[in-house]
Amino acid sequence: MRLRELAHSRTGDKGNTSNISVIAYRAEDWPLIRESVTVARVTDLFGPEIAGEVTRYELPQLHALNFVLKGALRGGVTRSLALDAHGKCLGSAILEMEIPDHGALASKGDANP
Amino acid sequence: MELAEKGELDFLVFECLAERTIALAQLARMNDPDAGFDPMLERRMRAVLPACAARGTRIISNMGAANPLAAARKLRQIADRLGLGNLRIAAVTGDDVIDAVIDGDFILDETGAPARALGDRLISANAYIGVSSIVSALQAGADVVLTGRASDPAMFLAPLVHSFGWTMDDWDRLGRGTLVGHLLECAGQITGGYFADPGYKDIPDLARLGFPLAEIAKDGDAVITKPTGTGGQVTRATCTEQLLYEIHDPSRYLQPDVVADFSRVTLTEDGPDRIRVSGGAGAPRTGMLKVSVGYDDGWLGEGQISYAGPGAEARGRLAIELLRERLATNGPALRETRGELIGVDAILGQGGVQGCSPREVRVRFAARCATQADAARIGEEVESLYLNGPSGGGGATRSIRRMLGVASTLIPEELVKTRVQMVES
Repeated sequence: MRLRELAHSRTGDKGNTSNISVIAYRAEDWPLIRESVTVARVTDLFGPEIAGEVTRYELPQLHALNFVLKGALRGGVTRSLALDAHGKCLGSAILEMEIPDHGALASKGDANP
Repeated sequence: MELAEKGELDFLVFECLAERTIALAQLARMNDPDAGFDPMLERRMRAVLPACAARGTRIISNMGAANPLAAARKLRQIADRLGLGNLRIAAVTGDDVIDAVIDGDFILDETGAPARALGDRLISANAYIGVSSIVSALQAGADVVLTGRASDPAMFLAPLVHSFGWTMDDWDRLGRGTLVGHLLECAGQITGGYFADPGYKDIPDLARLGFPLAEIAKDGDAVITKPTGTGGQVTRATCTEQLLYEIHDPSRYLQPDVVADFSRVTLTEDGPDRIRVSGGAGAPRTGMLKVSVGYDDGWLGEGQISYAGPGAEARGRLAIELLRERLATNGPALRETRGELIGVDAILGQGGVQGCSPREVRVRFAARCATQADAARIGEEVESLYLNGPSGGGGATRSIRRMLGVASTLIPEELVKTRVQMVES
């Protein structure tokens, strides 16, 4: 299943850093999202678009994650000629991430993000 | 207008300065010492001033941009002409720190080099100031306060500090006031703007999107809502998206007056289009202010041309190859180029030919150039594809614009001297 079925997202930009929130629609999906949407998978998803490190913050009471992607806009150097120089559209791609169904999670145990 | 007329507001805040805007405004001021403020000041103020004056709603805005004093003088004229000669108008200045930046050793986060190394490419340097001068202006009785580069949340925090008498070391309340400001500062982004995703997140009557307001208690907890009868909606989902918008570490949102902590915030429904916001907190401020540095980054030249039907993508790619080769052979020195294909239904419409994929592409070729004249060459070369490019090119357009770079650094707060000036009739 795609993350889009479970969560919504908004992208923000400050200078050269992009942040992307991932927010569960339903409380019952929060553990799966927390487990599945890891720094490694986000780094993998955006790959060459990100020059710097990726950090994940958790807000469990809001069933939300916040990813901070340093260098996602590459100093405004390569992106500054782009139509979306701010990278405001980039974040929507996170909702394409494949998420295992709940059964697969239960058998996998309690891995750290 | 609905906010001003139906919101029963004590304060109305207009946050209008994006990161690059102040550098553009500074360029305008270099050409005309009476310019450099938001060109929409007059239209916006004519629309809301009568309603605000009638209701006693006070206005705070950063529409002063690179020239708050000229903005305040302009507003004085507007108010006087509307018969509002008693309206008290204040300008807050001092955010412009370009002299300190030229003299000092301020390292840019983005490049690691000192800002002064930009030399004559440096256009503007403005510190994100906090609430103190805005509060002073309100205490002096200002009905309208116009600032330059103030921190966005500070424009909302200032009236709370003023009205509730919060002290500047009451970190938790300052954190909660900052939270309210952060949630409101992008206006429609919390009432259903920047949110709709058809079939997944639908927003009622988005075309008539209502702007938000907050009812704030003395302890800083608040309810976010919007005027009744307006479009959009205020839900936990819209508020959660906005809470995290442009936030890095939610427990350390660095502001001039406080380090705000949003990490334990809770959002609860309190009726239709009403979300209660609690749990904001704060810690002592760092003593450093962020400075946004604007600099000349050359000229962008751009051209576009469309291809449709079978082979559209291949013809588009060929066009980009031709542009690269011709510009490399005959064109000006280009610092950087970008060629790409855009397109869904601009040429063939939504019906008709369906067999080929993509049905159409639009070539966009852009380059960063040293001069305006060089930038103009890009569009000329794209236009010449009509006759000298792949078959069936149409709808060529061209444009040039000045490019402004923005970088940031930090300045000790004691080097930023802000000042309030009342502009009388």
